[in-house]
Formats: sequence, C-alpha cells, structure tokens
Amino acid sequence: MALLEVKDLHVFYGVIQALKGISFEVSQGEVVTLIGANGAGKTTTMQTIIGLIQPKAGSIIYNEKDITKMPSHKIVASGISQVPEGRRIFQELSVYDNLMLGAYLQKDQKKIKDDIENVFDQFPILGERRTQIAGTLSGGEQQMLAMSRALMAHPTLLMMDEPSMGLSPLLVSQVFDIIKDMNSKGITILLVEQNAEKALKIADRAYVLETGSITASGTGAELASSPEIRKAYLGG
Amino acid sequence: MAVAINGLSLGAIYALIALGYTMVYGIAKMLNFAHGDVIMVGAYIIYTMCMFTWNIGSMPIWLSSLISFVVAMAVCTCLGIVIEKVAYKPLRGASPLAALITAIGVSYLLQGIAQLIWGADQRTISILDRLGTVNLGSYVIKWSAIITVVVGAIIMVCLVMFIKKTRTGRAMLAVSEDKGAAQMMGVNVNAIVSITFAIGSGLATFASMFYLPITSVSPTLGAMPGIKAFAAAVIGGIGSIPGAMLGGVLLGVVEVVCNSISAVASYTTAIEFALLIIILLVRPIGLLGKKRRIKV
Ligand SMILES: Nc1ncnc2c1ncn2[C@@H]1O[C@H](COP(=O)(O)OP(=O)(O)OP(=O)(O)O)[C@@H](O)[C@H]1O
Ligand SMILES: [Mg+2]
Repeated sequence: MALLEVKDLHVFYGVIQALKGISFEVSQGEVVTLIGANGAGKTTTMQTIIGLIQPKAGSIIYNEKDITKMPSHKIVASGISQVPEGRRIFQELSVYDNLMLGAYLQKDQKKIKDDIENVFDQFPILGERRTQIAGTLSGGEQQMLAMSRALMAHPTLLMMDEPSMGLSPLLVSQVFDIIKDMNSKGITILLVEQNAEKALKIADRAYVLETGSITASGTGAELASSPEIRKAYLGG
Repeated sequence: MAVAINGLSLGAIYALIALGYTMVYGIAKMLNFAHGDVIMVGAYIIYTMCMFTWNIGSMPIWLSSLISFVVAMAVCTCLGIVIEKVAYKPLRGASPLAALITAIGVSYLLQGIAQLIWGADQRTISILDRLGTVNLGSYVIKWSAIITVVVGAIIMVCLVMFIKKTRTGRAMLAVSEDKGAAQMMGVNVNAIVSITFAIGSGLATFASMFYLPITSVSPTLGAMPGIKAFAAAVIGGIGSIPGAMLGGVLLGVVEVVCNSISAVASYTTAIEFALLIIILLVRPIGLLGKKRRIKV
C-alpha cells in the first residue's frame, strides 16, 4: 500500500486546465521526484495535495485516508509538510518565529525547544540570527530556514518544490545532502527539481510531467539513462 | 494639561477602534466598514443593561455597570464573529469591491436594526462620568479621561504582547504576511479570521464604554468615530498595529487641540482630514506602513 496515492487528478485555474488527470504514488521511505518543464504543473500538484487548491476531479489518498476534500490544516496535522516554491518564509518575522510556526501543530513545548536547538546545532548561522528578521537572511540561509521550518512539524511525507532554486553549486550540493539525510532518517520525500540530473540521482523513482499529464515514469536510473529524457531535461 | 489628557483619551478611543480596522485588514485583506456600528451596538447594550440592572436595588452601581459592560463585550464579540461568517466569509476570494459594498450594507443593516429596537432618539447615560473630576494642581481633569488613557494603554500593551508572544498571535502575523504559507504550517485560516474579528469587536466595546461620556447614544453613534478611526488606521499605515495606535493618538490629540482653540474649532474635522491627505501625499503607505513585497 502506497503512503500517498494520487488518482486521476484534474485541476483548473478558471478555464485553464493545469492538471489533466495525473496519477502517481509514493511509498513509505521513498524519494520520488517529479520533473518537468516550466508550467508543466509541478507546483500545482503539490499545492493540491496539501489542500491549498481544490481539484475538480480525482482523489488523493494518504495513509489509506481520502484527504482530497480535507482542509489544509488537517492535512498538515496528518503528517504532510511542504517546502514551498520560492521558500515563502515569513520575511517580517524572526528566524525563531518562523521555526515556531513550523511547529504550529506540535503540542510538546519541551520537544519544540529541543527541535529548535537541534536546528541551531545543524545550522549555527540560524542560531546566531535567531532574533533577526528572516527577510534579511541570504538566499541560502532562507532555504535552510525553509527546510528546518518544514521539519519542525515532524512530517511523514515532505514535499519540496525546487529547494535548490537560486543557490550556488556548493549550496545545491548541501541541499541534496540534507535531502538524503532526511530520507535516511525515515522521511518520505516528494521532490520537484529544475536540477533533473541531481534529482534523478537521489530518487528511487521519478515521474515526468508534461503540460499537465504524466508522460513517463520509472526508477531514477532508468529515466536518467533514457535518451528522450536526457534530450529534454538533462541537456543531451 | 486638561487638553493633553483629553486629547490622549480621545486618541486612545480612536486607537482602539483603529486597531479593529487594521487587524481585520491585515488578516482578511478587507475594509470592515461595519466596524463603527459595532461600537454603536456596544453602546446600546451597555445603555440597556445599565437601565435594567441599576434598578436592582441591592447591587452597587459599579458592579451593575461592570456586568453591563461584560455583557456588551460578549454580545459584540459574537456579533463580530457572526458578521464575518455570514456576510464576509462567502465573499472571500471575490473582488475587494464586493466585500467593501457588503460591509457598507452590513453597516446600514446594523443601524436599521438598532433603530427598530431602540428608536431614533438620542439617549444619554453616565457611567464613567459619574466618577467626577480630580484636581491636579490648578487643573480639573475628568476621571473618565484618565481611566480611558490608562486602561487604553494597558489594553494595547496586552494586545501587542499577545500578538508577539503567543502561538495564536504568531499565526495572525503569518496569515497577514502569507496566507498560503501559513496554511502550509497547519494554521486554520478561518479560525484565525474569526479570532481577529472577535478581538476587533472586543476592542470596539471598550471604545463604546469610553466614548459614552462624550456622546449620546443613537443609531448613528458609530459613524463619526468609525470614520475618524479608519482615517487614523490609514494615517498610521493600514495593516500596521503600532501604526493604528500612533494614528489614533495623533488624530485624537489634533482634534482636542483644534477644538480648544476657538478660531479653528469649527474646522476641526476638515483639519483632521487635511492631515490625512497630507500624510498620504508624503507617505502613501502611512506613517508606519510597510511596503509589501509582491509575492508569487
Ligand atoms: N494562480 C494561477 N492562476 C492561473 N494559472 C495558473 C496559476 N498558477 C499556475 N497557473 C498555470 O498553471 C500551469 C501550471 O503551473 P505550475 O506553477 O504548476 O507549473 P510548474 O510546473 O510548477 O512550473 P515551474 O517549473 O515554472 O515552477 C501553468 O500553465 C501556469 O501558467
Ligand atoms: Mg513550480
């Protein structure tokens, strides 16, 4: 039984159809990546899963429960977190407040405190800036904050939308290391990446999304070696 | 001295009302033009309850007044929540103009209902002004003004602490900055919007209480303080909580100072709105308003 099962999902923005009946699944413990050109519908897929967009048809099953019509706060409470496209950290709030918001649904105050200390251990720079307004952080620091914020919720499934966007090559490698590390700690990951090369390398399985439809799927290695995929997404 | 205290006291009233406008704007991104009428409803409830409880022989007046105030607070808080749920929530996501027109409609509806229940004539009631005056040196100052300033300041400090330090306050700031991202944290936006309307209406009830010594109760009682406080919120920067406080106090002081100078007293309202226009010309986002980044 898959942890997440998306079945025949149709999503519209007004009259524009962004998703034309996509189906895919993610099993417990996997890293699954969704690759596709700009405007293919990757962000839309994630926003629909977490309940920010209502699909016109289709269903989303998570942990054997139908979450298609659930409000987003219940979906998050059931164990899904997201690192959104463009990070969307709360620019006007402090680093500390951002992390506390990540832990919004956590009840155990002591554990929240420990989690924050762990974040500061892992990213000392965030610790130094704990009272600083998050909008003043550098792009890389903001990405670390966005990932840490999502982890504060102790997700079972973490969806990451282009976490390496706009980062230097060194930081991109660091982000991918963190993703591998999170996965090795048992978090299931659904990853959207512009950097298809690196994404396919760490993915157990991958799906290719083209203008709202899934056109290919397979293991990361299979897709990485397919000539069409190489031509379209891996620059030859 | 008396002018200063009276100015601060009127300023505190405007600030309390302006906070309601600004918080609702920050969270729900709409102008709640019915906010002033909540003050009117609060004033009527206080009036009616006092008329009722003062006749209960054995109860001291301060206690029955307090009970009246608490009842008014409860009614207004519920009213705020109900207005949002019934009138505004269905329009969330619709054009801002639709929400604005609905708010104006709600405003007239409340005035109409008040007129049906209590009639159109003006009534006066003295609660805080029963406390009389105090002589500070050579100045005579009303206790009601002093209480308004002190209690108003305490409420505002509590509000700021609540927003800065509590989980719910943090969620309010998050929703105000990026609703979608707040939802991804598990924030229930509907609940936060309800809480915001409840707080705004609760603050408005304090304004009702503090406003009673300087006005008479009528169905249009809320109109003037409502529009002034709205101006105050805009002067301070709509959406900004310290801005609403600053704008309210500024406008209250200007009003009382102008009224105390006989040469300009009859132009007071014109001067206040001229101030609004000048500030907006110099600083379109208001004194403490923040330029919002465009978000995708
Ligand atoms: N709010 C919106 N209103 C209208 N159309 C939208 C909206 N958001 C996305 N779209 C459209 O839906 C389609 C899918 O967009 P989406 O953001 O999901 O793509 P994406 O695969 O994430 O692209 P990118 O790689 O650029 O992030 C695009 O054609 C886009 O123009
Ligand atoms: Mg996208």
